[in-house]
Amino acid sequence: MKITEKEVRYVADLANLQLTDDEVQRMCAELNQILTHVDALNELDTSGVEPMAQVLFDAPETATLREDRERPGLGSEVATANAPLAAAGCFKVPLVIER
Amino acid sequence: MTGAEIADLTIARIQAGLKARRFSAVELAEAALQHAASENPKTGAYLRFSPERALAAARRVDEQLARGADPGPLAGVPVAVKDVILTAGLRTTCASKMLANYTPPYDATAIARLEAAGGVIIGKTNCDEFAMGSSTENSAFGPVRNPRALDRVPGGSSGGSAAAVAQGTAVVALGSDTGGSIRQPASFCGVVGVTPTYGRVSRYGLVAFASSLDHIGPFGRTVRDAAVLLGVIAGRDELDATSAFAPVPDYQAALDVPVKGMKIGLPREYFEGLRAEVGDRIAGAVEVLKSLGCEVRDIAMPHTKYAISSYYIICTAEASANLARYDGVRYTMRSPHSETLTDMYRNTRGEGFGAECKRRIMLGTYVLSAGYYDAYYLKAQKVRALVARDFAEAFREVDAVVTPVSPFPAFKLGEKMDNPLDMYLSDIYTITGSLAGIPCMSVPCGNTAAGLPVGMQILTRHFDEAGMFRLAGAYEAAGFR
Repeated sequence: MKITEKEVRYVADLANLQLTDDEVQRMCAELNQILTHVDALNELDTSGVEPMAQVLFDAPETATLREDRERPGLGSEVATANAPLAAAGCFKVPLVIER
Repeated sequence: MTGAEIADLTIARIQAGLKARRFSAVELAEAALQHAASENPKTGAYLRFSPERALAAARRVDEQLARGADPGPLAGVPVAVKDVILTAGLRTTCASKMLANYTPPYDATAIARLEAAGGVIIGKTNCDEFAMGSSTENSAFGPVRNPRALDRVPGGSSGGSAAAVAQGTAVVALGSDTGGSIRQPASFCGVVGVTPTYGRVSRYGLVAFASSLDHIGPFGRTVRDAAVLLGVIAGRDELDATSAFAPVPDYQAALDVPVKGMKIGLPREYFEGLRAEVGDRIAGAVEVLKSLGCEVRDIAMPHTKYAISSYYIICTAEASANLARYDGVRYTMRSPHSETLTDMYRNTRGEGFGAECKRRIMLGTYVLSAGYYDAYYLKAQKVRALVARDFAEAFREVDAVVTPVSPFPAFKLGEKMDNPLDMYLSDIYTITGSLAGIPCMSVPCGNTAAGLPVGMQILTRHFDEAGMFRLAGAYEAAGFR
C-alpha cells in the first residue's frame, strides 16, 4: 500500500479538489497501482546524474529576454470578460475578510 | 466541389486551383464548411465550426489574389484546430466542462501565423480534456470515432484533429503533443503527424498542460502538407520565452533530397511486446528504406522501459501546477454552492474537472508534496536525463531512429477506460522522444489485415526536422502507403 485513503484526502486538500467518497476510494486504488508501477525507477542508479528540468540543446543564442519596451495590454475589461463574476475591471469572489 | 474532391485536396492542388481560377477561396471555404458539417456526425471530430472566421479569411485571400498579391503558402487551405489552442473570439474549451464557455481574448501565435499565411480555420476539434489521454474518450463533450473504423478510438489526445484530416474534412490540422498526442492519433487514423523539436513552435496561446513537454504540431494527409504547415508556424516568437532562435530551413526542399547513405537505427527495445502485425508493417517499411539506399543497424536504448514512469511523474507534477489556475475566479465556471472562498475553489474544481484530470492533479500534487519530492519528482527528472542520453548516444551513430508509434493499432471505444495504467502504457513508444525534446513524427506504413492503419515513427536530432521530412518524404514517394 503506497497511499491510504486518509492520504488521498490530504492530497486532495492540498490540490483544492473536492472529491466524493466514491472518488476517494477509486483514486486510492488507482494511485496505488500507478505508484507501484513507477517504483521501477528505483532499479536505476542515478547518483551523479543531473536532473533534466528542461530540454537542453546547443543553441547559438541563449538570451530569452525580449527588448523591454511598452506594448498595449488587454486592459482589465477584456481580461475579466471571462470571469464568472466581475465588476469595474475586478474579479469578484466570496467575502474573505469580515467588515 | 464534391465531398470526394474536398477529401482529396492537398495544399498544392488548392494553390493550383486558385491560380487557375477553377474555384475561389470563398467557394472552397463554403464547400469545405458544408462538407465538414455533413460528415461530422459520423465521427464527432469537431466541437464547433467557425464559418464567419473562415469566410473572412477566404475573402482576404481572394482579395489578395485579385490584386496580384501573394496570399501565402496556405492560401485558401481549410484547417482544423485542436480546441486547446486559443482563437480570439472563438470559443476554446479544452474539451472540459471547466472552460465550456471560455472565449479567448487573443490568438495563439500559431493561429496568427497560419492565418497570416492564408490558412482558413473551419473549426475547433475535440480532444481529451486538457489534452490528457490517449483515446479522446476523456472529452467532456463525448468521444470521437475513428473514421477508418467507427467502433474504434481515433487515438488521443488530438483525436479530433487526426480524425478531421483522415476523414477529409480538413486538409491539414493543428494538434498538441505532450507524450504522443499528435503521433499516436496520426498512426491510428492513417495520417501524417509531426511533433517538432521542443521550442521549435511557439506555445503562446496553447493552454498549458505540462510546460517542459508541450508542443504544437501539424497533421496532414501527406508529408509535404505537414511540412508546409510546420514551416509556417515554426520559428522564434518573443511571446514565448522557450521558443528557439534556431533558423527554420525550407522543409519542402528537404523532401527532394535522396536518402541514399542515411543511417537509420532500430532500437531493439521498441520491438519487444508489440502486436505482430504492427511489427511486420514496420519491418516492411524498413525494407523500403533499405531499398532506397539507407543503411540500417540495430541499436540499444537501455532506458526505454523507464520512460513511462518518468513521464507520468513529470507531466502530472507540471499539470498539477498548470491547472491550479482553474479555481472559479477567472475562467468562466464557478460552483454556485459555496459560502467561502476555499469552498468555491474546491467545489469548482471538483465539479469542473473530469476523472482523468483529477487523477493527474492528484498524482502530480502527491509527487511534489513534502517528503516525496526527491523520491519521485527528482528521480523522474534524473531518469529523463538518461532517456535523453540514450538518444544523444544513438545520434552519434545514426541520422534517424525508426520505431513503431504504438504497440497496437486503434483499440475499441471503452476498451481501456477502466484501467488508467493500461491506458498510460499505450504511450510507451512516443513518450521517449517527448522526454528528449527531439523531433518525431508518424508516417502511415500500411494497414493490418483488419484494415487498421499502422504508423512508423521517425525521430531525429534536435532541430533536424528537415532530416525527418527527408526520410518520410522518400518513404512516402516510394509508394508504400
